[in-house]
Amino acid sequence: MVAPTTPQTPASAPAPKYTKADFQTDQEVRWCPGCGDYAILNAAQQVFAQLGFPKHKMVMISGIGCSSRFPYYVNTYGFHTIHGRAPAVATGLKMANPELQVWVATGDGDALSIGGNHFIHALRRNVDIKILLFNNRIYGLTKGQYSPTSELGKQVKSAPFGSLDQPINPITLALASEATFIARSVDVYAKHLMEILKKAAEHKGSAFIEILQNCNIFNDLAFEHFVDRERRNKYNVSLEHGKPLIFGDKRELGIRLNGLNPEVVKIGENGITEKDLIVHDEHNPTLAAILSRLNPPATKDAMNEALAKNPASIMPLPIGIFRNDRLPTLEERVDAQIAQVKKDKGEGDLRKLMFAGDMWEIK
Amino acid sequence: MTPPTATGSEAPSKERKTLDKVVIRFAGDSGDGMQVTGTHFTNTAAILGNDLSTFPDFPAEIRAPAGSLPGVSGFQIQFSSSDVHTPGDRPDVLIAFNPAALKVNLKDMPANSVIIVNTDSFGEVDLKKAHCATNPLDDGTLDKYQAFKIPITELTMKALDSIKFKEKDRPNKERNKNFFALGILYWLYNRPMDTTMKAIEREFAKKTTPDRPIVHAAQMALKAGFAYAEATELFRSQYTVPAAKYEKGIYRNIAGNEAIAMGLVAASKLSGLTLFYGSYPITPASTILESLSFQRAFGVKTFQAEDEIAAVTAAIGASYAGALAVTGTSGPGVALKSEAINLAVMTELPLVIVDIQRGGPSTGLPTKTEQADLLQAMFGRNSESPVAIIAPATPAECFNSAIEACRLAVKYMCPVFLLSDGYLANGAEPWRIPDPASLPKIEVKFRTERDGWAPYLRNEITLSRDWAIPGTPGMEHRIGGIEKSHIYGNVNYDPENHEFMCRVRAAKVQRMAQDIPEVKVHGPEDAHTLVIGWGSTYGAIRAAVEECQRRGQKVARAHIRHLNPFPSNLGKVLSKYKKILVPEMNLGQLLFLLRAKFLVDAKGVNKVQGKPFRVSELIEVIEKECK
Repeated sequence: MVAPTTPQTPASAPAPKYTKADFQTDQEVRWCPGCGDYAILNAAQQVFAQLGFPKHKMVMISGIGCSSRFPYYVNTYGFHTIHGRAPAVATGLKMANPELQVWVATGDGDALSIGGNHFIHALRRNVDIKILLFNNRIYGLTKGQYSPTSELGKQVKSAPFGSLDQPINPITLALASEATFIARSVDVYAKHLMEILKKAAEHKGSAFIEILQNCNIFNDLAFEHFVDRERRNKYNVSLEHGKPLIFGDKRELGIRLNGLNPEVVKIGENGITEKDLIVHDEHNPTLAAILSRLNPPATKDAMNEALAKNPASIMPLPIGIFRNDRLPTLEERVDAQIAQVKKDKGEGDLRKLMFAGDMWEIK
Repeated sequence: MTPPTATGSEAPSKERKTLDKVVIRFAGDSGDGMQVTGTHFTNTAAILGNDLSTFPDFPAEIRAPAGSLPGVSGFQIQFSSSDVHTPGDRPDVLIAFNPAALKVNLKDMPANSVIIVNTDSFGEVDLKKAHCATNPLDDGTLDKYQAFKIPITELTMKALDSIKFKEKDRPNKERNKNFFALGILYWLYNRPMDTTMKAIEREFAKKTTPDRPIVHAAQMALKAGFAYAEATELFRSQYTVPAAKYEKGIYRNIAGNEAIAMGLVAASKLSGLTLFYGSYPITPASTILESLSFQRAFGVKTFQAEDEIAAVTAAIGASYAGALAVTGTSGPGVALKSEAINLAVMTELPLVIVDIQRGGPSTGLPTKTEQADLLQAMFGRNSESPVAIIAPATPAECFNSAIEACRLAVKYMCPVFLLSDGYLANGAEPWRIPDPASLPKIEVKFRTERDGWAPYLRNEITLSRDWAIPGTPGMEHRIGGIEKSHIYGNVNYDPENHEFMCRVRAAKVQRMAQDIPEVKVHGPEDAHTLVIGWGSTYGAIRAAVEECQRRGQKVARAHIRHLNPFPSNLGKVLSKYKKILVPEMNLGQLLFLLRAKFLVDAKGVNKVQGKPFRVSELIEVIEKECK
């Protein structure tokens, strides 16, 4: 037998108003130095403090992978479950107690490979859970195999001659799965990320946030060619409800629809004005589906090639909220049905249930 | 029984005889309504006070090609004026609705037994579908039986002449041939028709219209069958099977899955916890999901998951939230759930896993019974993975077993398997309905006091940790599948801690032995042979051992309801006998456990045919072994 280690929760009562420290645990954070996960954890802890939501009603659920260590570092209730199953665990948790605020921390392998089925079904049921997908396009905890979001041809340990699998588009998948809140941010966009996390917390229903996250050990600088401070404005377009899609260092570029095809245009050139551009509508999943297909070149090499060939045609990365609709959640539907049946039939009576059907008495 | 006689020409009046027990098998196409017909007969027998046991046996295909051999659906009932423990070895009466049904079932029929056939379905095409080279009605096949060749379809059509269906008149009338046949049997066994008449009304009232007089047609067919049997010279005798002697009380029929569903609802009431049932449809467990989804008035939350894994993991999430969490499936589903079950083992959360066993491996025999998941439940997960296992012995017992599984799960904070099987799930027997007020409460106390608490601090008696659920102020903590430190539950890879935790988890399950009844032995003091079983073999074992005891054999029997941990006196009981026989519907799984744990030279009696034991099979083995 061994001596007990230190307690999980500091004994002091939580302050009525939270600070980030209230959401930190005494557990040593064991991500690699320089990992993008630190930034996400930091943003989440700050947002949690700002929400003012009682932390004893918050639950962090995760599966397996680097990102799934998340619950150990957030001083709320937390459950580190098994590979891919976090959305299903969260569904049961939320159905059993709809008062809880439930967050799921997951990765591209956890959510989209082994847990793909639970991911789509949790979203389509509109369970009120917030899924944070840490997308680093690589398997980190198993040390560098390709993931379902790895780009075609990626050379890694399990694909020394290049990956042969077409990657999945998480935003398109979430849309197809009927998620009612879908957004994207980047680990290093601290302010933007916090903004999105706050919106997700406010949303009632299934929320999905893809966070591009740098794995500095196995897939370093994977997004650098479009998230680098110098390039952000040029290769990112921010989705804002009711506003046209404008980007560029001098906000000189925009996206317009040519038929069903989005294209990059220069404002002021060929008579193009802001009026010609797509105006974002977060209540329009059809538009969101088109925007979800906008992607800058996947790799640095592809980016360089595009820059050499036709720099004007390079698509920006949409960040922000793709979809945001309030629809009845699963747990609301469950509770409403229970209430309705109780109203119609009365509260369940065990005696009546047991003494039913064809009965006979022996005297 | 003495069967009715079909020979002889003069039959001025019908004679009446009394029988102790009768076994009837209904057989026809899976679309012929055999299960419905059997169920009506069963309910009537139950209301008349007969003891009874049923065995529905249906094909895996919903509608296999009509008239084909694999499409034959059967329903067997044994009803009696004395105790009945099985649906009977061999039928006294077979009702065969087509050549395939006759062919498939004939091998089970003893010589001189009664066979009633619907001659209208023995045309050339029907015979071909059943691969009959000649017509069994006139090729001598039926010579050694008492065959009653009745044109049931045509008689049904004639009886329904006065009514008219606006659409599909003939097929709609023809489908009532099963009620006509039921009418014949009601006369033959002197049964009143009113229970079935009312049931028809209740069941079809909503679907019946002046253009579709479903209720009227079914009731008329039933009465016509009865009148036909009474009037025809074919049947010379009428039989009575008097009521059995029962304990005082109010009874109903119940099948195992129905009893499990009801038991789970009862456990929810007794514990004050919301019942959460996560399941993915699978034969033969789906009816539990269906029953429970009807119980919204009890606040039951059912979750038809996207797959078996989601079903169990959602249940684990619900358990974490403080619900009474149950997942239900069959063997293939348990295989898929195994990793998640280990999560509940590791996090020490209560979880009930209902496994309605079926023939395997792989897809196996989905609609047939088997009890070959015992070792899967016991060992079918990675690493040291102790879980509790309970197995009900009869359909009615499923009610109490379900409550017991829930009680142990929440008390000991760990997964509990409830191992039923296809035979218990669909088989029915009379159940003396207990007074709900007499059912013991299930004590649950969520931990809300922070002082002196730690996530993995244990109760000294049960070794279980406290159930501290999200939503409780000041007790935020983290759990997970990674090994955790004793008491505080933080991630911990220390070698000594790991071994300690493995031992504690195992010891906790073994502690349940203090909470479960001892195994009882039934038999003479000087018995030298013990027949010991578990699960649904109970009826056959009991009937066989009792018969052997009547024949003077020095044999006793015992039945184990708790497979892990075993009852605390089991080792002592086993040590008393020179010979131990273990009948099982597998290749020796309980046998394996008994031999491993108690070092006894027990012997297996094994059958894996997707069918329960016959009493006669067991008698034969016991007599041989007792020599």
